[in-house]
Amino acid sequence: MATKLEALQQSLQTALGDKAVSLTEALGELTLVVKVADWPAIARTLCDHESLQLKSCIDLCGLDYSTYKDGGWDGARFAVVYHLLSLVHNVRLRVRIFCGDDELPVMPSMIDVWPGLNWFEREAFDLYGIVFTGHPDLRRILTDYGFVGHPFRKDFPLSGHVEMRYDPTQGRVIYQPVTIEPREITPRIIREENYGG
Amino acid sequence: MAEIKNYTLNFGPQHPAAHGVLRLVLELDGEVVQRADPHIGLLHRATEKLAEHKTFIQSVPYMDRLDYVSMMCNEHAYVMAIEKLMGIEVPVRAQYIRVMFDEITRVLNHLMWIGAHGLDCGAMTVFLYAFREREDLMDCYEAVSGARMHAAYYRPGGVYRDLPETMPQYQASKVRNAAAIKQLNENRQGSLLDFIEDFTRRFPTYVDEYETLLTDNRIWKQRTVGIGVVSPERAVQLGLTGAMLRGSGVEWDLRKKQPYEVYDKLDFDIPVGVNGDCYDRYLCRVEEMRQSNRIIKQCVDWLRKHPGPVITDNHKVAPPSRVDMKSNMEELIHHFKLFTEGMHVPEGEAYAAVEHPKGEFGIYLVSDGANKPYRLKIRAPGFVHLSALDEMARGHMISDVVAIIGTQDIVFGEIDR
Repeated sequence: MATKLEALQQSLQTALGDKAVSLTEALGELTLVVKVADWPAIARTLCDHESLQLKSCIDLCGLDYSTYKDGGWDGARFAVVYHLLSLVHNVRLRVRIFCGDDELPVMPSMIDVWPGLNWFEREAFDLYGIVFTGHPDLRRILTDYGFVGHPFRKDFPLSGHVEMRYDPTQGRVIYQPVTIEPREITPRIIREENYGG
Repeated sequence: MAEIKNYTLNFGPQHPAAHGVLRLVLELDGEVVQRADPHIGLLHRATEKLAEHKTFIQSVPYMDRLDYVSMMCNEHAYVMAIEKLMGIEVPVRAQYIRVMFDEITRVLNHLMWIGAHGLDCGAMTVFLYAFREREDLMDCYEAVSGARMHAAYYRPGGVYRDLPETMPQYQASKVRNAAAIKQLNENRQGSLLDFIEDFTRRFPTYVDEYETLLTDNRIWKQRTVGIGVVSPERAVQLGLTGAMLRGSGVEWDLRKKQPYEVYDKLDFDIPVGVNGDCYDRYLCRVEEMRQSNRIIKQCVDWLRKHPGPVITDNHKVAPPSRVDMKSNMEELIHHFKLFTEGMHVPEGEAYAAVEHPKGEFGIYLVSDGANKPYRLKIRAPGFVHLSALDEMARGHMISDVVAIIGTQDIVFGEIDR
């Protein structure tokens, strides 16, 4: 396995040259970070290059880094992470791309390269508000019809903003502001370095 | 000539062939599907967001509820992601138990699938037969974890407890007298392993029964042969995995290609289809049940001979035994910290994938060193498969859409998450 990763690392370096911002190996997985502007060309290379052939896109995941390490993050807020798989070479690659603008994160859609991404991009748009330019049908997918907001952003409360109930006087289902108080049973803790000696 | 407009049909979400809460908007030209637009999210529970607000152990039961017909496989991917980040070694016996239950889960899932798929296409009997066997396997779940479905049995570092020495038995009641109960309890006299071994002996005959009902059945073939054909190249591009990919003739199974746990020590074959239609996928899955049976048998043999620990002795991850906890101060502190604050996973990210009965089920875990995940992404195979429905159904009749939904093995718990 390790030799396969080294081979992949080698061929990535030759195929991408200096376009890769970073290429790191951790826990037996390769992570490639690239810039948004370079991404369409690089995606094409990753998919078609003879020694890479990452033809299958297994996963696309939106990420919101705003509360990473409880505020110890000073990069771009939103990122998109792709998990690519090559069936020919039996290798996986993770690609992370940070969206430049924190207010309106925009990414180029990669449906032309990996058609399986269609719903994944809709999902990332729905949950994180990342706009994929060039997507033919960028609708919400998991949330309710007429939902407002992007629920997986870190500033969106776990309990949401509205709740639904049947109103007997109006004789229909209505939305109202949530009546429950959010509570945290186990606090989130990051231990300081050298905790416990 | 009068202008004929396409007809839009709303299929589901309460339609029995929609396998749960699928709402499908079909654009029809006569009876031919022009466009299929699945509306999902009616079962969305934001599992990933909830997991960000729970400690690592508290999220294990959520995993059961994703794909609620293959519970333990979901847990498996989740605990594997945590173990990868923390660098924990799992005892070999626990690995064998996990593999055995993964395969039991695979059989459970495929039985559910064959029953529901058959029922969708008009074969009632298979459903009844399949549920008879599911009952036995559910009893295995219950014996080992106490729950028939939502087991929460896999834990980071191993499994919750060792296999029980006795199998729970039926008791006489108003509707069944002692003589009838005795017959029911006949194969439950020994341990869980005896019961499972007895099942593996019986199971090939049962699979033959399903095959008698379906494989050469003329109606079944008319409903599935040549329906929903996906070419191997297209299947790879669309990101299909599991039987959906193998049915198209691509030899790809994570258990063989990227083996995890002890799959590289076991002997089994991977069935591959030729035409990529519903019928080939059916044949693949039926053969997978037989292969799973083989794996279970090998695991039972190994587990009989090799007793040992089933969870790691690293008490930062797994709780100490009750006796130790009550007699030893250090263990008491470990126990207290583990169940109040939870474990801390070092900063980093990991992707762990298992060959789930439906395809590749992956967990992408990002941790910033806290006692809760920073981000948990669930890669559900059904989500990708359903997104290919439009392409697969285009040009087919409405009744074929039902067959395609059946062959995709849709379960909404994992698609909507």
